[in-house]
Amino acid sequence: MPFEPIILWTDALVYLLVTVIGVFVWHVRRSEHLLVPWRRVGHSASGMAALTILTFFMVIGLLDTVHMRPAVTNNAATEKAYSIEVLSLLDVIAAPLRTRVEKTYSAPFAAHLYAKETVELPDGGQAREFPRLKFGGAHLEDPEAQLIGDVIWRAARGGALGLFLWCLIVASLSVSLARRGRQTFLSALAGIWRGATDVPWNAICITLALMLLLSGAALALCGDYHIFGTDKVGQDVFYLSLKSIRTGLVIGTLTTLMMLPFALLLGITAGYFQGWVDDVIQYLYTTLSSIPSVLLIAAAVLMMQVYMETHPELFDTIAARADLRLLFLCIILGVTSWTGLCRLLRGETLKLREMEYIQAAHAFGVSHWRIISRHILPNVMHIVLITTVMDFSGLVLAEAVLSYVGVGVDPSMISFGTMINAARLEMAREPMVWWALLAAFSFMFALVLSANLFADAVQNAFDPRMRIAPAKVRILRRRGAKQSKAESAESLSGTGN
Amino acid sequence: MSPLLQINNLTTVIHSAAALAWPVDGLTLHIMKGETFALLGESGCGKSMTALSVMRLLPEVGEIASGSVCLHGEDLLLLPETAMRGIRGRRISMIFQEPMLSLNPVMTVAEQIGEVLQRHFSLRGAAAQKRILEILNQVGIPDAARRMSEYPFQFSGGMKQRIMIAMALAGEPELLIADEPTTALDVTIQAQVLGLMREVQQRNGMSILLITHDLAIAAETAHRVGIMYAGEIVETASRDEFFRGPAHPYSKKLLASLPRRERRRQGLPLSAIQGNVPLLSREFVGCRFADRCDHAWELCHEVAPEWITVTDGHRVRCHLFDKDMPAVIREGGFKGTKPESGTQDSGSWLKPDSQIRPAVAATETPDSCLLSVKDLKVYFPIYKGLMRSVAGYVKAVDGVSLSIQQGKTLALVGESGCGKTTVGKSILQLIPPTAGSVRYNGLELVGLERKRLREMRAQFQLIFQDPYASLNPRMRIVEIIEEGINSLNAGDDREENTAARQSGTASAERLDALLKSVGLPPEAKWRYPHEFSGGQRQRIAIARALAVHPKLIVCDEPTSALDVSVQAQILNLLKQLQDSLGLAYLFITHNISVVEYLADEVAVMYLGRIVEYGSVDEVLNNPRHPYTQALLSAVPVIELESRRHIIHLHGDLPSPANPPPGCHFHPRCPHVMPICRKTYPATSTFSSTHSARCYLYPPEQEQEQGQKQGQKQGQKQEPESTSTGVG
Repeated sequence: MPFEPIILWTDALVYLLVTVIGVFVWHVRRSEHLLVPWRRVGHSASGMAALTILTFFMVIGLLDTVHMRPAVTNNAATEKAYSIEVLSLLDVIAAPLRTRVEKTYSAPFAAHLYAKETVELPDGGQAREFPRLKFGGAHLEDPEAQLIGDVIWRAARGGALGLFLWCLIVASLSVSLARRGRQTFLSALAGIWRGATDVPWNAICITLALMLLLSGAALALCGDYHIFGTDKVGQDVFYLSLKSIRTGLVIGTLTTLMMLPFALLLGITAGYFQGWVDDVIQYLYTTLSSIPSVLLIAAAVLMMQVYMETHPELFDTIAARADLRLLFLCIILGVTSWTGLCRLLRGETLKLREMEYIQAAHAFGVSHWRIISRHILPNVMHIVLITTVMDFSGLVLAEAVLSYVGVGVDPSMISFGTMINAARLEMAREPMVWWALLAAFSFMFALVLSANLFADAVQNAFDPRMRIAPAKVRILRRRGAKQSKAESAESLSGTGN
Repeated sequence: MSPLLQINNLTTVIHSAAALAWPVDGLTLHIMKGETFALLGESGCGKSMTALSVMRLLPEVGEIASGSVCLHGEDLLLLPETAMRGIRGRRISMIFQEPMLSLNPVMTVAEQIGEVLQRHFSLRGAAAQKRILEILNQVGIPDAARRMSEYPFQFSGGMKQRIMIAMALAGEPELLIADEPTTALDVTIQAQVLGLMREVQQRNGMSILLITHDLAIAAETAHRVGIMYAGEIVETASRDEFFRGPAHPYSKKLLASLPRRERRRQGLPLSAIQGNVPLLSREFVGCRFADRCDHAWELCHEVAPEWITVTDGHRVRCHLFDKDMPAVIREGGFKGTKPESGTQDSGSWLKPDSQIRPAVAATETPDSCLLSVKDLKVYFPIYKGLMRSVAGYVKAVDGVSLSIQQGKTLALVGESGCGKTTVGKSILQLIPPTAGSVRYNGLELVGLERKRLREMRAQFQLIFQDPYASLNPRMRIVEIIEEGINSLNAGDDREENTAARQSGTASAERLDALLKSVGLPPEAKWRYPHEFSGGQRQRIAIARALAVHPKLIVCDEPTSALDVSVQAQILNLLKQLQDSLGLAYLFITHNISVVEYLADEVAVMYLGRIVEYGSVDEVLNNPRHPYTQALLSAVPVIELESRRHIIHLHGDLPSPANPPPGCHFHPRCPHVMPICRKTYPATSTFSSTHSARCYLYPPEQEQEQGQKQGQKQGQKQEPESTSTGVG
């Protein structure tokens, strides 16, 4: 075997999460009443467009989650040894990006370094000039003349490939829609185009087209150029940005996973049992939420850091150490951020426990835990879901802030926070190195914005108070309402299906 | 004389999520000056939408599609919004159903009324204050000068509704639209408010558009009535003519579905209307009532009937009255369907279910006392201060004694807030009683350990008021019903349990039989509660309670959230189940007419105590306690002949946290004596079953009273109409 699979702690939890989501989806598909709000999510154009982008991020994050240690060919083949370096599937795919390390800073699409260096000329003399990069634009004879043309040509070729792929996807989508809706291929395509479908396929397709166009161009270019430039040690910033996605996703999702047991258990028990249980839990979360959270997190992280440094024998690779630190960061964030959801759940449970169906259950002598699990939990799940999705983007941002402050992830772990932290100093130098910050910013912006848009769609669909009146069909007053009645009812039911 | 308000062919559209709905569809009516027009109908018929359309206050999704609303010949629908604002509150005012929600809690009463005066009369300062005081005095707010600067939360429900009326009157409107003005109020308060509205109308000569679902209120207050069904008016007539002889089958059915004692005496079920009000989003071809009508024939399903004048001023929309119809068809329409409807009423679901009966046919002597409650007290502590020290008690239930026999119904009657529901729940041990004893079949339930109590729980069950809140929206019907069975069988002997598990079909059959016995198809079990209407949900709730074979069911206002026609269905069902299964009911209600139909015994409750107790005839025909007398006299009645004398009670129910000393009723009692203020009266017994707690009747002369009672009973049959005229 050329590699040894490795499952780090966060990997295991991510797999667990994926399984849980899979089971949840399966469960939802089976029961109609759970499916209804998700259908409403599916009908929101902005939500589905955001989900398309999120899917992109999630695919990259999942690729980056599959870890392994490649085999090292020793001088003797008798003993198989594995590299100390832990690689992910993404690392393997993006090996050219990972391995093509320049000497130091270079601007996006540059063929030369960003700073002048003294180079030895073939004739023995010395000159200060911008030396050529080892990899970026190395294939060009005369960068000054050829660079722009080459970049445009490659970008166009990559974009065209992306569009071609998009056409294939749209075509197969229309075929499947046509088969399901028992209509012709062209009418299905026209339906997508006009936006007459239930699920806003046209919004999804437009987003997909943009993304395929961009990523096609990026893929075509990144082989020969550093499209986002390189950082101080010459690493490709595009690669760093891709690697940061997983960290952000892990923080955003696993923290919620850590937080949910606390919030659910404490919130519901406080609301349900009331009395002293409620008092204790209320005091607990009031106390916890009155401590400045950054201070609390910093203290916890520093303690953990000290422990890890005094026990280096616990980790066999650097990646394992960084990973455990990430996990602990999730746990710490989770432990300090459950109070908000807990309070919401307590309030909702207080309301629910007075509902008559709960009293009916009491009258049947149903046990407390059964009432909680069968009656209360399903009825607060919408709150949990909305909060989880809404919290996600906040947590991604929190990671960036914490890493910037220096209490975030391990320095060896690539994340948006560490990227921003590294770029911080370069903003002050002249000429300014701006690309690292821009890359981190734009990736994070896309991730957080799409997460927020998706969260909005979820909230609109699940929160009964947020029902938006459907677009009103204006009927002109005093103009044959009776005649239009039949028509409008028909057209409305037509679009409703 | 031209009418004050003339609505022609008004059509209103609601843009709901799924489809367009037409809550008002071609409505035409007119109201004369100084007249009260009652718009009657079940919920969902578009009554409130009509009112909002007249005011042009439709919600965002609503829109007036066609028609005209003319006030003194001026079309309100053509006016610009600014002009309309000058009309609202000035020429047309509106009172809403929920006084608690229609006053702004952060503004004083005077400020809210002052707003109207400032807008329409530019009155400010002292002049406005003087006028506010005048209006508040007009609507009977005691001590108005002081109370006008108070906030709405400092007023009781009835007072708030008076303030709403004061606000509506402040603009001296020509037309007052009252949208269910008394539905949220108790009967005694309702009588006050209706009396006030009548009085104000006589004084100011304004017109009232009264929107109500209560036929009796319309019978008491309206000059003319219009019956609304599914977005259109199906019958208009003067009050006398309507209540003497309603023409439309729907009106007839509505009147017949009111529970009354006569029907029970005759052993008849209430005539319920099958089905529900149709969805207003659907397309109507023929008569809208045809699907639920007993007299419908083909024509009704095909052609919508036109207005037909029965007598002058009495018009109806029904093919039955069409003179052009050949008499044969009309006769056929009547005769062909009538017997069928009879069988439907008593047949399909009123038939006693044989599959359930043997399971519950516990052999107990019918006279045995199933439940006896002695001196039950439920106090809720009031905590104060940082350390949560107990500062006092809300005496929700303060010494209640009652007993129910196997297969009988005891009705617990009282106004809201008097502790009826708490009694029910503490009997079921859902709220732990503070003191007293609850004996079920001789077994003391108070202080019973949780495990033993759980075993007992199958014996007594509960049906709730709000069928929308009593079923878990996330569970299917089958899960809802099985929950009780599973939880109560869990403690039973295992063998039987496993046997039942193995024969899953047997339990499924039992479930189907159960659903059938409450009039639902067995397929219903796979659906979720939101797919059912209010009446159907109440049937499911009844099925859930019956699933564990209880002997006693506490019904906590099971029909007060339902329409009259559906209420009749549920009452029929409860009665039929009682007959076939021998159930005993503790029926908690504020609706006297339901009591008359269903109850064997009545306990009248006032502020945590039972003031009068007796068989239904004794209490309702011959009420002894002043509170019972006032309560019964306040109930509106349909019979036009009985001009009863309403005993007006002053003020409201006092707070149970601080009840008046002595007899709780003394601050409102018309016969109050000094001793009433000091000590609580002992029980005065009038017959073996009838007793009251009042100083008006000497407690010790039991024998004498008994003799008198005997004489009374002999006389009772003839002077019924003269006694109180209730029922």
